[in-house]
Amino acid sequence: MSDISCPAPAQSLLKRGDRTARRHAAEARFRACGLGAILIGLAALAVLLASVLTSGLGAFRQSYIHLPIHLSEAELDQSGTRDTEVMKKVTTIGYGKVIDKALAEAVAQAGIAIDGLTDDDISGIISREAAAQVRDMVLSNPDLIGETIDLSVLANGRIDGYLKGRVTAESAALDSNVSPAQLQLADAMMERGLLSLDFNAAFLTAPDASDQRPEAAGLGVAILGSAYMMLIVLALALPIGVAASIYLEEFAPKNRLTDLIEVNIANLAAVPSIVFGILGLAIFINFAGLPQSAPVVGGLVLTLMTLPTIIIATRASLKAVPPSIREAALGLGASRMQAVFHHVLPLAAPGILTGTILGLAQALGETAPLLLIGMVAFVREYPAAPPEGLFDPASALPVQIYNWTQRADPAFVERASGAIIVLLAFLLVMNAAAILLRRRFERRW
Amino acid sequence: MSRMTPATSALAILAVSATAAAARDQVQVAGSSTVLPYATIVAELFGENTDFPTPVIESGGSSAGLKRFCEGVGENSIDIANASRRIKDSEKAVCAAAGVTEIIEVRIGYDGIVFASDIGSASFAFTPADWYKALAAEVVVDGKLVPNTATKWSDVNPDLPAQEIMAFVPGTKHGTREVFDERVIEQGCEDSGAAAALENLGADAGKLCTSLRTDGRAVEIDGDYTETLARIGSNADGIGVFGLSFYENNTAKLQVATMNDVVPSTETIASGEYPVSRPLYFYVKQAHLGMVPGLKDYAEFFVSDDIAGPGGPLADYGLVPDPELADTQAGLADEALMN
Repeated sequence: MSDISCPAPAQSLLKRGDRTARRHAAEARFRACGLGAILIGLAALAVLLASVLTSGLGAFRQSYIHLPIHLSEAELDQSGTRDTEVMKKVTTIGYGKVIDKALAEAVAQAGIAIDGLTDDDISGIISREAAAQVRDMVLSNPDLIGETIDLSVLANGRIDGYLKGRVTAESAALDSNVSPAQLQLADAMMERGLLSLDFNAAFLTAPDASDQRPEAAGLGVAILGSAYMMLIVLALALPIGVAASIYLEEFAPKNRLTDLIEVNIANLAAVPSIVFGILGLAIFINFAGLPQSAPVVGGLVLTLMTLPTIIIATRASLKAVPPSIREAALGLGASRMQAVFHHVLPLAAPGILTGTILGLAQALGETAPLLLIGMVAFVREYPAAPPEGLFDPASALPVQIYNWTQRADPAFVERASGAIIVLLAFLLVMNAAAILLRRRFERRW
Repeated sequence: MSRMTPATSALAILAVSATAAAARDQVQVAGSSTVLPYATIVAELFGENTDFPTPVIESGGSSAGLKRFCEGVGENSIDIANASRRIKDSEKAVCAAAGVTEIIEVRIGYDGIVFASDIGSASFAFTPADWYKALAAEVVVDGKLVPNTATKWSDVNPDLPAQEIMAFVPGTKHGTREVFDERVIEQGCEDSGAAAALENLGADAGKLCTSLRTDGRAVEIDGDYTETLARIGSNADGIGVFGLSFYENNTAKLQVATMNDVVPSTETIASGEYPVSRPLYFYVKQAHLGMVPGLKDYAEFFVSDDIAGPGGPLADYGLVPDPELADTQAGLADEALMN
């Protein structure tokens, strides 16, 4: 710009005194502390994820045995009438024998001969769930009797553990539930394609299973139960929370009473969740007579828990809308309700939705209040479709994790970690949605 | 306005809630965490082999289960309480006060309590007296009551390995603890002559026998056996108290100790040779039998020969079959009440 040139100084005019050096050092130290704090946090996260992923990813793959099963009439329908009412008399124990026979034949046919392998050893590698699977299939289609069908059935949890590296020949020698001969059989069957490790879609859809069949346990009922509860929380907490915040923020007079309410709402947000469980038990089950273990009660309890979070988030985003918007609307002749619903609320909506989603994510991971209302339970029946299904017993995702960590069979460790991965995935999706909504629709003034 | 939709659906939910609370079609069970695995095995088989829905089973401990059982009669109370001990008279009184007067007691079999340590550590052959001497808070030495100072198992019995005393025993809310106190600690107090010595001192032997030391060598586990297993995993000197079925599912990690030179197994427990075992029960509300579909069928299915008898799935899992199962079945068929 200008032609006037200054002679360049021979050296910087800035003299670094002691104080400057000290300030710079202090700043460097502070930055290092901050970086350290983040690194500690990241390390903790990495350890958590690594431990969950290493022990849990196996749950998404499952060992299946593929074999032809002859459904003999003599064993499964002695009357020969194909009448399901009569055929129901054959229990899963009877079907188990049919499957054991089919497996023994398949092993013999494949020419597998292993020293010290008994018939019990061979039948022991099949899950007890297989009998239930075949029985259900036959009862829903009695014409299958007399035919030979190709089926994939679950392998026993220990064999599954062997394929995933959890069980080894050394541990099997000590284990009373599996023998090294069975592991050799599994190897031989793998070679011949009778046994394989496939994707386990049932983990996400099947119901819980008992201690004797960890390989069959799934999250189906828990995911449904959690979804039903979130539905109730959303349907109740969002309208109530938004209505309460709009009233408090836009219409209520500022006096002692509203101050008191405000303090109480902030206080409620910090109340331990188990307290809401006790409240839910007293009000919804003992007083209102709602059923135990039902998502409706869980949803109501979690609604109470989530309300303060939503109210606080909604009020903050209503406050963030500049007063000039309201004044302009009022100045043009809008009523106060019109000003709120036509102008303030749409501008505050991204913040409200973000708060709601974060509140829902918190509710999704909550276990303690569900403990008291009977949802920490062994539930195998899927709840019906809403609204009736809201009153059927169901489990919930965090509760299922808690249940599985208490089981005796080591295979449930993998299931529990797998369930944690599923829960984390849900939370990640919800939190990402909250961030996206905020990024996309938030307005700054 | 679109905002009205969630509000309306909320109202609809509340409206349905008034009507749907009327009928319950599945059996509800709560109680002992020891009985839980057996109950879930039975419930699963019951659900897949009958037309009734699978019962809903909660755990939480014998005392908690019986407390809920005694809350009253009706759709909102549980039908069955699982217990790893008999119902107490005080609990019966609570039940009676709430109108639960007709109770059917069903004994499903026996469960052994075993002592196990890490598979890599030394093996142990205990007697109840060893456990008393190792874990008692105060012992009689030279006619005086002094705090227990034993630090190694070899201090209490020279035949035992010189391993630090570190015992993980069930917390007091567990039914298992009662059996442990009675069959091991009190028995050991008697056997070692400590009970007589305490009597001679004029002390309250009953109370002093069962008070465990609090210097960190007897650790009470309020969680379940998986917590005990994890503690042993991180402390190779630890010896834990487990149920037989839990041990049998984890034989690759645990080695079991003998008691009075008897190895615990379903056979030695059934024959009574292995001293530490207890019966398992469930309690049925008679008033619910006609009200909840499948309740009686579930109870009868539970104690049928195919399920609870020798060779059945429960025995496979570690339950010691009850030799008097036929009497239990007959009592249940007649709906014989507990007196």
